[in-house]
Amino acid sequence: MRILSLAGRRLAASIPTLFLILIGVFLLLQFAPGDTVDALMAQMGGGDAATARDLRKFYGLDLSLPAQLANYLWRLVQLDLGFSSIYGKPVATVILERLPPTILLMTASLSFAFFFGLVFGVIASRAVNKWPDTLISTLGLIFYATPSFWFGLMAIVVFSIYLQWLPAGGFEDIGQVQSGFWRVLDIARHLILPTLTLGLIFLAIYLRIMRASMLEVLNLDYVRTARAKGLDETRVVMGHVLRNALLPMVTLIGLQAGTMLGGSVVVESVFSLPGLGRLAYESVIQRDLNTLLGIVFVSALLVITVNFVVDLLYARLDPRISAEG
Amino acid sequence: MDAAKRYFRSPAAVIGLVLLLVVIAMAISAGILYPRDPLALAGRPLVWPFTNPRFPLGTDNSGRDIAAQIFYGSRISLLIGGVATAIAIAIGTLIGAFAGYYGGWVDNILMRITEAFQTLPNFVLLLVLVAVFGSTLTTVTIAIGVVSWPAPARLTRAEFLSLRNREFVQAGRTLGMRDLQLILGEILPNALPPVIVYASVVMALSILLESALAFLRLSDPNVASWGNLIGLGRDVLRVQWYVSAIPGIAILVTVLAVSLVGQGLNDALNPRLKSR
Repeated sequence: MRILSLAGRRLAASIPTLFLILIGVFLLLQFAPGDTVDALMAQMGGGDAATARDLRKFYGLDLSLPAQLANYLWRLVQLDLGFSSIYGKPVATVILERLPPTILLMTASLSFAFFFGLVFGVIASRAVNKWPDTLISTLGLIFYATPSFWFGLMAIVVFSIYLQWLPAGGFEDIGQVQSGFWRVLDIARHLILPTLTLGLIFLAIYLRIMRASMLEVLNLDYVRTARAKGLDETRVVMGHVLRNALLPMVTLIGLQAGTMLGGSVVVESVFSLPGLGRLAYESVIQRDLNTLLGIVFVSALLVITVNFVVDLLYARLDPRISAEG
Repeated sequence: MDAAKRYFRSPAAVIGLVLLLVVIAMAISAGILYPRDPLALAGRPLVWPFTNPRFPLGTDNSGRDIAAQIFYGSRISLLIGGVATAIAIAIGTLIGAFAGYYGGWVDNILMRITEAFQTLPNFVLLLVLVAVFGSTLTTVTIAIGVVSWPAPARLTRAEFLSLRNREFVQAGRTLGMRDLQLILGEILPNALPPVIVYASVVMALSILLESALAFLRLSDPNVASWGNLIGLGRDVLRVQWYVSAIPGIAILVTVLAVSLVGQGLNDALNPRLKSR
């Protein structure tokens, strides 16, 4: 219970942050050339000034800036994100439709990066400065420097065009309607390359942190005690070192959540996945500022949620945290 | 001098420095080797690399010399990376310094703002900035700087927190130095080394951010940038994959060089951590 109240307090503390972001971005978007009505009029194929004035009145755009901001925030509290004139639907509906692929992609990439980062980090730290360590560390450096969209394109060239093993893009096969198990399998096949592409840079970061953290923990006294009482290396690592070495990794998940969401903008564009990131890109191109603001809200919310979960995990891994709370 | 000696003892750091010097040399020699506009038509479109001695790296979809674009692209990457990093470090150290030195409500407000910037995914913020201010070279560079300052700010703040009550600061205070003198003249020089090392990370990320933006065709289309070329090559990816492949390798090498140099500097300046 203590853990929950601790994490809950941090969650409450992030609400002012959320409002700060929304007010900042709302004011920023006032500088954008053209507003919703301009976009709408362009869609209708033009119109006279009187129509524009009526529309502005309808959307409340003729009010003063503070009044508009207050209106926006009040509607937000009621979970109303406004109306997207480009998609002809409420922004909340548009975003909800696009959320599942992004969440699926992020979860898959995170698991991939976390798991292999952990494994490679442990291997490298067990053979420090020998060839497996050198090989893994070098690969890590190269992965870190690889632009994700470029890796994605090259993966498409190799796996989709030459070998024809995996689809080059899309979320599922739209040629045939599938259901149940086959649909899941089909979506999984479509997500393999995007997951690798998005996860690569995080894999590099995780393995580096894991290696450093393992080396740090391996030097502590209690590990020497564990060895002295006759445990073999596997037991020492699995039972004693791993749990403590994991703490910085878990911290990193929270810190990297935003970066990962940003990375999915690019990856979703490469693989034409109908996700939140692609929506962000499209709304910039189409000047759909209402949707863009909605995405800002939802992505900040996602990052806050991930950090909440990380807090819970953290307390579970290290009991001292909840005891002190 | 010890630090320099330690730096050159690490092979990775030396390789990084050599690679970085090669990229810088490319940027300097671009105008001499390719006096013509790199975005001007040069020959037949889609000439494969190594087939025509006039175009060692081939030509792109519209017949522009890829080698020339790679050389000029190094200018753009270094320029955007350098300037955006300078902006990020300047904002970051300033905010971190004030937050760490004064503490209390100043710290509280500044850290809330930093947190807000960290909660919003920086690529999404970058998209918003580009949507509002357009995508010229100047706006993109400033925008990248503006989204990258929170991490250096936190680092500077931590350094200031540990330095602000040391003896030399108290001595300065007893001498009657003003806050600003203490912050800029006494504490900042001592807090700066880790921030400078971290600048290499910011620079690597800035180069990657710009190339991603250019790939999405949201950066300045009127300059020869590596990301632009990858985005163009995407249209002919099925057969002429080299149009995208070549500039990607250039980005990889540059970012690798910057991170290796940064890591080398870090190890050379903090020798006690070297054993890790």
